[in-house]
This record gives sequence, C-alpha cells and structure tokens, in this order.
Amino acid sequence: MIVLKNLSKKYRSSAVLDGVSASLPEGKITAFIGGNGAGKSTALNIISRLIPATSGTVEIDGVPLGAWKSRELAKRLTILSQNPFTPARLTVEELVEFGRFPHCNGRPGAEDRRMVEFAMECAGIADLRNRFLDELSGGQRQIAHIAMAVAQDTKYILLDEPLNNLDMNRAAKVMKLVRALARERGKSVVIVIHDINFVSFYADFVAAFKNGKLLYCGPADGAMSPRVLRGVYDMDIAVEERGGKKLCVYYE
Amino acid sequence: MAWRIVQWLALAALALWSLFVGVADLSAAELFGGGGESLRILLTSRVPRLASILVAGGSLAISGLIMQRITQNRFVSPTTAGTMEWCRLGVMAAIIFFPDAPALLRVGSAFAVSLVGTSVFLAFASRIRRSDSVLVPLTGMMLGGVVNAAATFFAYQCDIVQNIASWLQGNFSLVICGNYELLYIGIPFMALAYLYADRFTIAGMGRDTSTSLGLDHSAIVRAGLVIVSVVSSITIVGVGNIPFVGLVVPNIVSIFRGDSVRGMLFDTAWLGAILVLSCDMLGRLLISPYEIPVGIILSVVGGAVFLALLLGGRRHG
Repeated sequence: MIVLKNLSKKYRSSAVLDGVSASLPEGKITAFIGGNGAGKSTALNIISRLIPATSGTVEIDGVPLGAWKSRELAKRLTILSQNPFTPARLTVEELVEFGRFPHCNGRPGAEDRRMVEFAMECAGIADLRNRFLDELSGGQRQIAHIAMAVAQDTKYILLDEPLNNLDMNRAAKVMKLVRALARERGKSVVIVIHDINFVSFYADFVAAFKNGKLLYCGPADGAMSPRVLRGVYDMDIAVEERGGKKLCVYYE
Repeated sequence: MAWRIVQWLALAALALWSLFVGVADLSAAELFGGGGESLRILLTSRVPRLASILVAGGSLAISGLIMQRITQNRFVSPTTAGTMEWCRLGVMAAIIFFPDAPALLRVGSAFAVSLVGTSVFLAFASRIRRSDSVLVPLTGMMLGGVVNAAATFFAYQCDIVQNIASWLQGNFSLVICGNYELLYIGIPFMALAYLYADRFTIAGMGRDTSTSLGLDHSAIVRAGLVIVSVVSSITIVGVGNIPFVGLVVPNIVSIFRGDSVRGMLFDTAWLGAILVLSCDMLGRLLISPYEIPVGIILSVVGGAVFLALLLGGRRHG
C-alpha cells in the first residue's frame, strides 16, 4: 500500500503540494486528476522518489521511502515520466528489455526474456520489436515506454499522463492494458490523467487535486459528480449515465 | 558473426600495411631474412606507432560515445566539450610547477584539471534545454576557447609556448618504443566502459528513467567522467590532441548499430582505430617524405563530418 502522510512541496514560497494525506488501495487503478499545476504530477514524482518532498512522508508497504534501497524499490515500483527521453536509435525490444535491468543487471535470463515477450505482447507491439524508436510514430513510442514499465514487473506502476500523444483508439487500448494489469496480475496502478471519461470508465479510485490540496479522495464513482468536478476544474460539467457508467460532458 | 571476421581482417590488413608506410623503407625480404635494420625500425618505431594509434583511436571513440550518453547529446565529445583544452591546461600547470616531473605526473595533472573542467561543462550543459541540442557543444567549445586562451597566456608568461604548441596537433611521428606505453592505461578503462555499457545507455535516457530502474544517475555520470578524463589526459600527454574522433565515430556507428552502448562498443572502438590509422597513413603518404600531423587531417575530415551531422541532424533532434 502507498500511504502519503501530510505531504508538502514548496518551490521558494509557493506551495505546489500542501499537506496531502491519502492511502492508495492495492490492486486497483487510482487516478490522479486535477487542473494544470494542481499538484498531481508533483505528488506522483515524490512517490516515485524522483523529487524530494519539502515535508511529510511517503510509505511504500509500510516502509518510508527514504529507507528503501533504490534497486530494491525498482523491483517494486516503476514510474513512466511525462516526456521520457530515449536515445532515438534503440530498438523496441532493447528498450523494453531495459525494464528488466533492476532484476537482471543487464544479463537477462529465461524469466527476463519471458517478461519482455509478455510486455511487448500485451502492449501489442511485438511485431515492432526490431524497429528503431525513431522509425515509430509518437504514439507507438509512447506505448513502447509503457511496455518497458510493464516488463519491470513491479507491484506498483506509476504513469504520468501516459495517454499523451495517443489517439482515442490507442488511448483506450492502453487503458484496457492498465485494467488487465490490475485485474489479472494484481498490480496497483497510479495514473495521472486528464480525460475524465477514461477515469470514469477505468479507474477504481480517484484522488482529485486542487491548488496542492486533496479535494476528493475515494471511489471513482463518487468523484463523478457535478459538485466534485466543478470544484476540481472550475467549470460546469454535466454527468450522464451510460451503460451503468457515468459519462461527463464538458463542452457546450 | 561473418561481419565481425571481416572487421578484424580489414583492421589487420590496414595495420599490416601501415607497418610498411614511412620514410625509411622496410623490406619484407630483409625482415624474413633475419631482420637487421628493418627489424629494428619495425620494433622501435612502426609497431609502437601502430599500437598507440589503435589504442588512442579506440579509446577516444569510446570516450565520445560515453560523453554523448551522459549529456544526452550526440554533438558532444572530448573535443566539443572542451575536455582536451582543460587537459592541456593541466599539462601546462605541471610543466610550470614541476618542470622535471615524469610523464605520469603530467597525466595526473591533466586528469585532475580535465575532471574539474568537464564537470563545469556538464553543469552548464544541464541548464540548457534539451531542444537546444546544438547549444551544448557550442558552450563546450566556447569554454574550451577561454581555457585555451588562458593556457596560451600563461605559456607566454612562462616562456613555454613551444611546449604548448606541440600539443596543438596530435602527432604519432614521435612515438617510439619507450615513450608511448602510457597510452596502455586506457585499455582497462575501455574494459570498464564495457562493464558499464548498459548503465551508460540508461543514463542516456535521463535521470528519471535511471532512478526508476534503481540506478544512481549522478554516479554513472561520475564514472563516465573519470573514463573520459583519463583517456583524454593520456592521449594529450602521449601523442597530443586528436580531435573529432569521439564526435564523429559514435554518430556513424549509431546509424548502423543503433544507440545501445553495449551493442555499439566494439564497432565504435573498431571504427575509431580504423579512422585514426587511415588518417595517420594519409599524413605519412600525402607529402612524403614529409608528414602531415594526424591532428590536422582529422580536423579537416572530422570537421566536415561534424558539419554534415549538424546540418542533417535536425531530423532526429
């Protein structure tokens, strides 16, 4: 379980994150939502030790973040940053295989090979394995990075706006992949996401950020109310039912 | 695998040929007949020259590859990062303060100064946005220019201009048995580069990805800096400035082999050795019986390829 306790992050005098406390459920998909600059990416980056918190603590499975050895944590938690930079001429397979580095130290065994195959297979890019990244479209590159995170085979998977660059079709495929990871393999996924309807259809749990504070933290269904969404995005959002799921209409 | 054999054969053939290129004529007949003068020239001059070229070419190319990964910028190399100039400043400091010091101390001084200098460059580079990829080598060359000016100034003050000038252009013609062995220090560091190959590739994906994979990005950068500084220092002290090898070779290899350091390490060392060896042989042949220093030839060849990369590089960014 990932537990945030009174987490704050200040840049000079302005607080990007201001006393956030939450427990993110295991084996579920948790969506971080909020406007630009609300603090969701900052929170994700602190959880994944990419940036330090100004105050407060994060516990991963009961152990404070700072007490984890980085290599051990890499076997339990992975993050896909918002704009990952990769040397342009790695093949898809090479990239995905680097996801196994914490486990195999660059000498992949049978289990590592199997995970790489599995990751490429379920991301639907096995046929692109020998292509260089600079020969792919932005969307395919993004999916290759997601496959790399899958290959790392961690209990916690943190994704910072993974649907960037993706068309509707691919975005839906990625969300289905995320759902399969949670349902079938018991992964806990934390995902920063802007499209509120993807949240409604795929997420189990929602943490909604506003000005560095948590406005709502609970089941996804509860977040899909005009009142909560108005608070998060400062606009009127109509919520309709569609096939048992809530559909948010945010344009006029 | 067949390609590897071709690579080895090509290198061996070129190396063998190079043994017979030079002012003094070596006759194969005399060599097989029991040696005499030809054998002496071969062992004291031609073989040491060949060995120093292979080691310098290979290790400089690998240094460039490492620098390109740790700066995430394919226009960076010991030449464009100013590392070579910092080395020269270090050598000069050693000559001023310890005029009679052995070569090893000069290497030590060059190493220390270039380590500090290249770290300064990295600090600058990390403040430049990734999209301004051309700005990074420009910064390095600007820094190198300032360091060079300072070195020249002090050289005038201390009356050692001639010493400094001899390092401006790398030159293998002075290599003889007994004065080049320092270059062998580079070999274990190439082995280190092999052990760290995957880490350098991961460092090339940035701090976030490195951390997510459980690696300490700064530690990889430091290890890379040490390798680059050692190789640059021993090259400067041993044979002088050999420009552009670290810049041009990894970029050419990348086109065919991709960007995984492990996958391109052998080809990078191979092409580095081939490039320096052929440029050196060209220097020996062009105005025979005189020689053009390999540094000048590489400046022309390397500069042209660098320009081509700059102009063509917009596509990949």
